[in-house]
Amino acid sequence: MSIIVFTRSTPDTAAKVEVDGSGNVTWGDAATVVNPWDEYALEEGIVQAKNGGGKASVIAIGGEMHNDALKHSLAMGLDQAIRVEDDALDASDALAYATAASAAVKKVDDAKLVIFGKESIDVGTDQHAYMTARKLGWTMLSYVSQIIEVDYEAGTIKVEKMYEQGKQVVTSQLPAVITVMKEINEPRYPSFIGIRKASKAQIPVWSLADLGISAPTAKTQTLAFNNLPAREVKTEMIEGEPEEQARILVDKLLEEKVL
Amino acid sequence: MDFELNQEQTMFQRVVRDFCEAELKPHAAEVDEVGDMHWPAIKKMADLGLLSLQVPEQYGGAELDTLSASIAVEEIGRVCGSTGLSISAHNGLGCGPIVRWGSDAQKLAYLPQLIGGDVLGALALTEPHAGSDLLNGATTTATRDGDEWVINGQKAWITNASVAPVISVLCRTDKEAGSRGFSMILVKPDTAGVTVHPREKKMGLKGSPTHMITFENARVPLENLLGDEGSGFYQTMQTLDSGRISIGALSVGIAQGAFEEMVKYALERHAFGEPIANKQAIQWKIADAEMELEAARTLVYKASVLKDSGRDYTRMAAIAKLKASEVAEKVCFDAVQIHGSYGYSREYPVERMYRDQRLMTIGEGTSEIQRLVIARGVIKAARG
Ligand SMILES: Cc1cc2nc3c(=O)[nH]c(=O)nc-3n(C[C@H](O)[C@H](O)[C@H](O)COP(=O)(O)OP(=O)(O)OC[C@H]3O[C@@H](n4cnc5c(N)ncnc54)[C@H](O)[C@@H]3O)c2cc1C
Repeated sequence: MSIIVFTRSTPDTAAKVEVDGSGNVTWGDAATVVNPWDEYALEEGIVQAKNGGGKASVIAIGGEMHNDALKHSLAMGLDQAIRVEDDALDASDALAYATAASAAVKKVDDAKLVIFGKESIDVGTDQHAYMTARKLGWTMLSYVSQIIEVDYEAGTIKVEKMYEQGKQVVTSQLPAVITVMKEINEPRYPSFIGIRKASKAQIPVWSLADLGISAPTAKTQTLAFNNLPAREVKTEMIEGEPEEQARILVDKLLEEKVL
Repeated sequence: MDFELNQEQTMFQRVVRDFCEAELKPHAAEVDEVGDMHWPAIKKMADLGLLSLQVPEQYGGAELDTLSASIAVEEIGRVCGSTGLSISAHNGLGCGPIVRWGSDAQKLAYLPQLIGGDVLGALALTEPHAGSDLLNGATTTATRDGDEWVINGQKAWITNASVAPVISVLCRTDKEAGSRGFSMILVKPDTAGVTVHPREKKMGLKGSPTHMITFENARVPLENLLGDEGSGFYQTMQTLDSGRISIGALSVGIAQGAFEEMVKYALERHAFGEPIANKQAIQWKIADAEMELEAARTLVYKASVLKDSGRDYTRMAAIAKLKASEVAEKVCFDAVQIHGSYGYSREYPVERMYRDQRLMTIGEGTSEIQRLVIARGVIKAARG
């Protein structure tokens, strides 16, 4: 049995991300981190593989910068890491991602469960997860906050999903693709021993030819990146005794229709 | 010559920094205020390897090179001096001598517990009447009686004594033998006749427990001798050499923390119509701090690498510790200065950092003793 987690390197949440003079997105020389939502997916991958007596693999799709996320994953304790890279995937969209991701899943032995973080913070999207499930023809379970039970013999998985309105408990068929919420676990820190193994690890790179597919023609096209328009901020200090200050503040908030 | 950390070291640094930011920094003020460490974080350190920095893998340790160990202590010191001191002492003074001189049985008996996260290690050298001059001044004795050592005397200023399952105690075992008359003996604090006194009330590093210990006819088995009988003084000197690198790293960490606060505040605070960071007098302080920090860190890293190369590093360790501790003093002083009255307030972390750094020129050999060690080395070499 195999569990597969997808991850990617994203700019540090503290980094200043902007569009430079030539229209490229940059974050200077700030470091990248594992997409923060993926840390929960990685932790869950380790736990579920251990519980089920299987192996946890992590896959990233994209260039060499994603090796950092893969090494971090290995240091946390995932069993193997793979990177999928192909020139044909450059400047591609979620559909191309899902095509490559689903083909990579099929290449891993006996995969039963694919785990994604809730979304990717860099591009703020989660459609790649749904598309991957569709391409695989597997069950899609989103916003999972707890895996209650997995029965590999019966081929079922029981999870708790979170909605704005409340929680839902669902039992479904395996294999499945899930996206996980931060409520699902507390991600571990990599251990020094894990880091040692990870820093020595050679990460195999699979091309689309290795996966036996070609990239689909992109359905979407990115025309340009633009910086957000700068917003005018006006600061006003409210003077007076605390009660007086509070009264003025409330009036102003009412006036601005904030309250 | 290569000034880059390797991939493994870079990854360690990232992970330790993330850990410190998330698990230690939010509690640093409280640790100082309450006078106790944040134990849930200490517990989590075990899995990362922060409690077994240089313990061999075969005993469950992280078995790091000295440079990585220095980086770990530096990162902890950057956010919390108290935790930094206790973790530095635990690794270098607590685990260090057992790893280095312990028998297999002693290692198996103590290391797994020491690195598990519920306790921290300790080493007792200093006495109420002897710190710098242990050779002439230390009076704690251990005498043989049947198959036991009987220990009498007093130790002072012992970091982690109240949370240690076992303490390596420097004892005089032969009054006539001078520097060959000392031995290191492992003592469990719950042994009859051993009293660990209440925490010392300190200027800073308040979260790190420091205690006086008295021994009144405390009896421990003969096999608790650590290494060879008569080698205690040399074991002490060697342990202090490596401990100095660690205190150097802790000093760099505290200074780095203060430096970051100083720059942040200089950009936020306005005076005379602009951020004080625009004022040249403030910029000079920032420039000096950055320069001194770089110098101190480079020395600490150099001493670390030298130690791992197997060459004599006594002098370089003293140089690194002396420089780094004096840099910590200066950078923290200027960080308080740039904060003005807020620097004197508990509301801002630089107040704590300034108090915490003050130990750095005292513990594990005062600055005067470091200068003595350095000069002795230089003069000996010059005499040929
Ligand atoms: C928070 C804290 C934690 C500590 N943790 C530990 C621990 O875990 N284990 C442990 O064993 N000890 C520990 N110590 C003790 C520490 O190592 C000693 O305080 C230190 O070695 C100095 O010894 P002393 O205080 O006896 O000073 P002294 O040796 O009495 O020195 C007093 C002054 O005289 C100066 N002096 C001494 N000799 C000379 C000389 N030859 N030439 C010029 N000047 C000289 C010194 O530099 C100093 O300024 C700790 C201390 C503190 C405050």
